[in-house]
Amino acid sequence: MSHRPLATSFFDRMHAHPLFRKHGRKAVIVVPYVWLLIFFLFPFFIILRMSLTDMEGVVIQPILQFKEGILSLAINVNHYLFILKDDLYGKTYLSSMRYAAITTFWCLFIGYPFSYFMARARPTAQPGLLMMVMLPFWTSFLLRVYAWKGLLTEGGWVCRLLVALHVDDLLVRLDLIPSQGLFMNTPFSLTIGMVYTYLPFMILPLYATLSKMDLRLLEAAADLGATPWVGFWKITVPLSKAGIIAGSMLVFIPCIGEYVIPELLGGPRTLMIGRVLWDEFFSNNDWPMAASVAVVVILLIIVPLAFFNKYQAEATEVRT
Amino acid sequence: MSLAPAPPAYLEIRDVVKDFGSGSLAVNHVSLDIHKGEIFALLGSSGCGKTTLLRMLAGFEVPTQGTILLDGQNLAGLPPYLRPINMMFQSYALFPHLTVWENVAFGLKREGMPRANIAERVEAMLKLVQLQKYGKRKPHQLSGGQQQRVALARSLAKRPQLMLLDEPLGALDKKLREETQVELANIIREVGVTCVMVTHDQEEAMTMATRIAVMSEGKILQVGTPGEIYETPTTRFVADFIGSVNLMDGKVVVDEPDFVEIDCVYCRHRVGHGITGNVGMDVAVAVRPEKIRLSRTRPDGEVNHVKGTVRDRSYFGSFTVYILELEGGRRLKVSESNVDRHRADAPAAGEVAWATWPDTAQVVLTQ
Repeated sequence: MSHRPLATSFFDRMHAHPLFRKHGRKAVIVVPYVWLLIFFLFPFFIILRMSLTDMEGVVIQPILQFKEGILSLAINVNHYLFILKDDLYGKTYLSSMRYAAITTFWCLFIGYPFSYFMARARPTAQPGLLMMVMLPFWTSFLLRVYAWKGLLTEGGWVCRLLVALHVDDLLVRLDLIPSQGLFMNTPFSLTIGMVYTYLPFMILPLYATLSKMDLRLLEAAADLGATPWVGFWKITVPLSKAGIIAGSMLVFIPCIGEYVIPELLGGPRTLMIGRVLWDEFFSNNDWPMAASVAVVVILLIIVPLAFFNKYQAEATEVRT
Repeated sequence: MSLAPAPPAYLEIRDVVKDFGSGSLAVNHVSLDIHKGEIFALLGSSGCGKTTLLRMLAGFEVPTQGTILLDGQNLAGLPPYLRPINMMFQSYALFPHLTVWENVAFGLKREGMPRANIAERVEAMLKLVQLQKYGKRKPHQLSGGQQQRVALARSLAKRPQLMLLDEPLGALDKKLREETQVELANIIREVGVTCVMVTHDQEEAMTMATRIAVMSEGKILQVGTPGEIYETPTTRFVADFIGSVNLMDGKVVVDEPDFVEIDCVYCRHRVGHGITGNVGMDVAVAVRPEKIRLSRTRPDGEVNHVKGTVRDRSYFGSFTVYILELEGGRRLKVSESNVDRHRADAPAAGEVAWATWPDTAQVVLTQ
């Protein structure tokens, strides 16, 4: 053997290749973008296109037509006008926002102390605690939501417990359930299901920011006269703002469009945009109308998302 | 040394022990008296217990045993936020989400000081550290030296009775550290606050502190002014830890009223300053490299010189360090200051030279 090249493995050679050196990084970034292009942006344009036409029977009308030598463009904005006119959609959207906000509030309320103590637990105990947060993901989301049906329905043990503790009296008074002992298919059952499902999405980003926090800052605060309580509100909470916002967005945004939980645990009083969409698509079979609703929902979700991205950018700027 | 009566202790540390349950004591029966207006340095390598001692003063750790009195008041049971003590943290622990101004004001707001007074005090503090123009900045927008000054202003803002400094200059680069040492000590003296600082950097301790306590393995080995610690160390550890030193083991062979002679392997020492010993006693002789001279010719007499070969010569600009290899392989470090621009007769590597020192240069150590 005369001369062995320094780079021997396949990957070494790949990395050394001039083409890889030049474009390797780009390739890594481009792949997910192509994925999003094909499976998100392209379908979105199909939906957008669909929302701007009409259906004749079961056939969706073309938007561009070339007939008898004339190119005609037929854009129909009637569905959008209808969304504005019929207050069902506005109401449903507001109701979805309300449930998403309520869910976010409870997730934060339960998740913050949870993440806080998890982040401050002994380092050896933390992986175990984290595991317990992730464990529910190992069973099907659908099964877990179904399980709540059994727990909350008459005779389910959570139902009996709540009745025994007279929580149902309170819930009736708050108008969250129609009558005592009846928890299923109410705003209450819907909220329970959503909070339960989305809680880990709040906990994980909160834990990530809280566990990264420099604890000497709290010592510095105490040294300067801050009681532990003041130190928490003046130092810990502001410094976990990025986690609070990330967690809230991760809960809030998917909650707006949530379909499965309202379908299984919601009732006639729990209007959610996801169910309206389903009805338009598959009960009314009015695809262009459904597509319009979908487009509006996406546009309305982009607003909080843009806010989130802007905040993230600012937060990273502060940290560096 | 001054003959004035020692002022009463302002901070009294009485037989303090901290046991983390690791087998050895992190702080092992430490007692110290620190006077008002002093800058007192705890000097030691990492893990010697100096930081634990400082944290007990701040209230972040509770002593296993012993008491700490500040101006006569027992600090036991007082949480950090109730102690009239402020600390400048290692790498500063500035609040990243607050501006410089808010950082300095943080402690004052906790006191419930009226707004106008807070503004006045913060401005004064920022002026003291020459950062008036930087009040609106966030800590990450400042250089390391500026952050250090914000940390100083923040810990001085409440006018603490005692200020603690944890490696105050550790995060700065060498050049800046040298400038800042003097500046920091000046500001502290200007304010007149009593200080306890922790450092592993002997230069920092020497330039800033009025007194130094050298710590090792939880114990205090020696307390004294920088000069005392350097010129009259009492133990091998302190002699070796502070600066560099040539340590030679030997036996006392002559004990006369005005001198003793100590026989070491390579040479005989005559020590002419007031020490007494018993003939046959095992001792160590410590000679600082800068107290030794090199010459090409054999000095007169039979004591206080040794012959060797120059093995290494390192030029540092203001001084040159020679490593002299004695017969038998032992090495002696000699540091000569470069008074002349180009010394013609400087021994070169490989040449034979004699190292010689006066009979006042040595420190004789019994432990």
